[in-house]
Parts: sequence; C-alpha cells; structure tokens
Amino acid sequence: MNKFNLDNSYKAVVIGGSAGSFQGMIKILSQLPKNFPLPIIMALHRLKHVRHGFVEALSLKSVSPVTEPYDKESIKKGGIYLAPANYHMSVELGNYFAMSTEEMVNNSRPAIDITLGTCAYVYKDKLIGILLSGANKDGALGMKHISERGGLTIVQEPSECMIDTMPKAALAVTKIDHVLKVDQIVEFFKELDKQYK
Amino acid sequence: MQDIDIADLKRITEVIFQKYRYDFRNYAMSSFKRRVLRILELKKLNVDGLIKKLTDNPGFIYEFLDELTVNVTEMFRDPGFWRILREEIIPGIMLNHKQFKIWHAGCSSGEEVVSMAILLKEMGIHQDVTIIASDLDTNIIERAKAATYSLKSMELNEKNYIRFQGTKSLKDYYKEENGNAAFDKNLLMNVSFRKHDLVMGEVFNKFDLILCRNVMIYFNQTLQNEVLKKFHESLFRYGYLAIGSKESLIWCDYASRFIVVNNEEKVYKKIKD
Ligand SMILES: C[S@@+](CC[C@H](N)C(=O)[O-])C[C@H]1O[C@@H](n2cnc3c(N)ncnc32)[C@H](O)[C@@H]1O
Repeated sequence: MNKFNLDNSYKAVVIGGSAGSFQGMIKILSQLPKNFPLPIIMALHRLKHVRHGFVEALSLKSVSPVTEPYDKESIKKGGIYLAPANYHMSVELGNYFAMSTEEMVNNSRPAIDITLGTCAYVYKDKLIGILLSGANKDGALGMKHISERGGLTIVQEPSECMIDTMPKAALAVTKIDHVLKVDQIVEFFKELDKQYK
Repeated sequence: MQDIDIADLKRITEVIFQKYRYDFRNYAMSSFKRRVLRILELKKLNVDGLIKKLTDNPGFIYEFLDELTVNVTEMFRDPGFWRILREEIIPGIMLNHKQFKIWHAGCSSGEEVVSMAILLKEMGIHQDVTIIASDLDTNIIERAKAATYSLKSMELNEKNYIRFQGTKSLKDYYKEENGNAAFDKNLLMNVSFRKHDLVMGEVFNKFDLILCRNVMIYFNQTLQNEVLKKFHESLFRYGYLAIGSKESLIWCDYASRFIVVNNEEKVYKKIKD
C-alpha cells in the first residue's frame, strides 16, 4: 500500500517549525527509519543568542545525529541539518549551505521562508516541504514557493498544533497536499523510506 | 514580487565590474539575489531599469553598494569569542609584541571596533594597539566613525557585554543623545577607518590579528580562497585570524598554512609563510 502515492525521485525534505513544534520534531526524528536516504533540512525558530543546547537536545532523541552546518558545507544524503542561531540558512545550486546575517525576516533569524524558498529553487519538484506548529506566518511564503515549483507540501493538522497560526497561514496562501498529524508524518517518512529500498 | 534569474544577475555584476571595478561575480548566489531583489523593490525598478541607472548615473553606485551589502552587526557578537580574545589570543600576542596591530576587515557600522576598543581599555593596553577598520561601503564607514547607535540596539549590546563579563557597565562608555547612544570618541583614538575592497584591493599592511567575521559568508568558495590568501599575506607569522562562528576555512587551499586555535569560536593562527 502506498497511501501517499510516493516515489523515489525526491532529493530532500525541508521542515519549518516554531512555537510548539519541538515535541513534534522530536517525535519525527526519534522514529525516523534507520539510514533514511534523504537529507533533512530544518529551520526552526529559536532564541537568537543561544548558540548551544538546541541541536544537542534534538540529537539526543534523533535516530542519527543532527548538526548545524557551516557556511558552504555540502549537503549529504541522510544528513540531518538544523539552521544555526542568528543566521539565515540558504541552500545553493551545487547542493551546499550558505549562511547569512541579513535583517530578520518575519521577525526571525533563521527565517523559515528563506530556507524553504531556497530549497524550492534548488530542488524544484524533488522536494518535500513540511510546516509544523507555530505562532507567526513565517514559512507560508516558503511553502507557496515549494508548491509552485512542483514540490510536495505537508502541514501539521492545525487542531493538533499548540499554536496553529503557521500551518493555517500556509493553508491560506497555497495548495497543501497533505494535512497530517505528527503520527501520520512519522508514517509518511516510513513510506518514503521504502521507496528507496 | 518579481523574480530574477542567473542571467539577470550576471548582467548586473558585469555592468558593475566593467564600469566601477567592483567584483560581485563570485558572491554567494542566494543572498546576492535577495539583496538585488530588495533593491529592485526599494527603488521600484526592474532589471533593465537598474542596469540603465547603473550605467547612466555614476553617483547611484554608492547608494547601490550601501543597500547591497549586509551591514547587520552587534557589539560583542558571540560573547564567548570576545572572552577568548581577552583571555587567550591577546595575551598570546603580547608575549611577543608589546605593541601590535589589528585589522577589522568588513567593519560595517563599527560595533565590532568599539567592542575591541572597550576590551583593550579594560585590559589597560588601549594605547599600545593600532587598529585599522575597513569596509567596502563608504556610507557605513561614516556611521562607524560616528560610533553612535540607536538605544533600541543597545539592549542586545548590553546583554552581550554582560555575557562577555566586562569589568564595567556598557553605559560607562556612552552618553545618551537624541535617542541614541553616542560612544566616547576617545575609544576610537587609535583607529583609522579606510575604504577597502577585499576582492579588488591590494594587501596594504601586516597585522598581528585580523577579524573578518561574517563577511566571507557572502562569497563563494573560490572567492573565499582568494581572500584567505590575502589575509595570509597580511598576517605576521603566528598572527591570528578570526572568522564568524559558522564559517570554516577547511575547504580553502591556504587552510594548511594555519592551525585552529579555537574551533568553537573560529580563531586560526598562521604558522607557515
Ligand atoms: C555582516 S557585516 C559584518 C560585521 C561584523 N564583522 C560582524 O561580524 O558583526 C558584513 C560587512 O562586510 C562588508 N563587505 C562585503 N563585501 C566586502 C568586500 N568585498 N570588501 C570589504 N568589505 C566587504 C559589508 O559592507 C558589510 O559591512
């Protein structure tokens, strides 16, 4: 059974989240299939001036380690990446990361729109974008870019979100392919993984 | 919002290179593109309009550069880095030189320079240090010379200073004037500001310590490598280079002439000519 109608053409998964997304993110990372074949790129809102702790907390529960990449670091299959504190994180043609200290976007640095938007530009229809719980509209525009370039879009079921502003904002501006609870997102990753075995 | 493609960006960088001798051809694509889009939006132009303006109106280039460059900065950004400077790097330099030279490359509005001056004052060696602070953007250099910042930005600066564990209160170094924090001009006594382009500019001096933080992130790897070569040439042997906390030199050819002194705060030391 292939409930989500997936195939093995995808090159990356990008995830955005803000207030109330931490538990969901932990659940997804802790139940990720072993040797998951795609890079997972996360832009999560975080305290701007606390460089330490966040990536360690995610790593602790994750099936494989999470890292905050360096500027110009190549993106590897199966790598799990988190946008570092106080930097915007872009993906560049050539499949590597680039950091920047530009002005905040939607009051945020890292801004989800920047990571999602640049992923959409680079991976086009080979991208899966997921937006979790959050209290502002950052990420909505990024999801729109993903959808417009033919990528697959998923938001967390608003009724399950601690704060549903973020997924609702995305639903309001663009076509979202699946509205899922975190448990279903976990299932989604398992099914996606099977396509590559 | 309009979108622009790589060909548009190439046309823009070519005009600027041919006419003004600034070379943005090896800047990192995604941030460069966002900056150009931002300018188009701000000036209500399309790409052709921008190219025409750059071609016909030579004065516009300064405004363009000011908007193009990312000037966001803080005092005592990454307080841990400034503690390492105070506790390890600068004492290390002083073992060999009582008087020494520092270069802030890409100093932006000068918060980093004022931070350094405060650090040196608190170490009691302010008068022994010569500082050169440079940037590509002439407007921002004028702001740096004024050393006057909005009170709103001071909230973050104060927090960073506290985490740096300075010996005083940051308030001791500035006066409030018209809603701004105006820093004591004596702090900048030993600082000379100059316009300098890291890409097109020549090596002009030798230093014991170079800070180039959050500047090379706007370059692609080819350009990072070229600029690192210039920094290498601008350092005395055993001089230090500090870059931003999320930057790395490992993919540059010249990296083998440096050792990592502090990986967490990204401080390198030149060990080979
Ligand atoms: C984000 S600021 C860095 C400020 C400070 N060093 C910090 O870390 O907070 C980057 C600065 O680099 C300058 N810059 C960009 N390209 C340059 C070049 N080719 N030569 C010199 N400065 C450049 C910009 O004008 C800008 O002021």
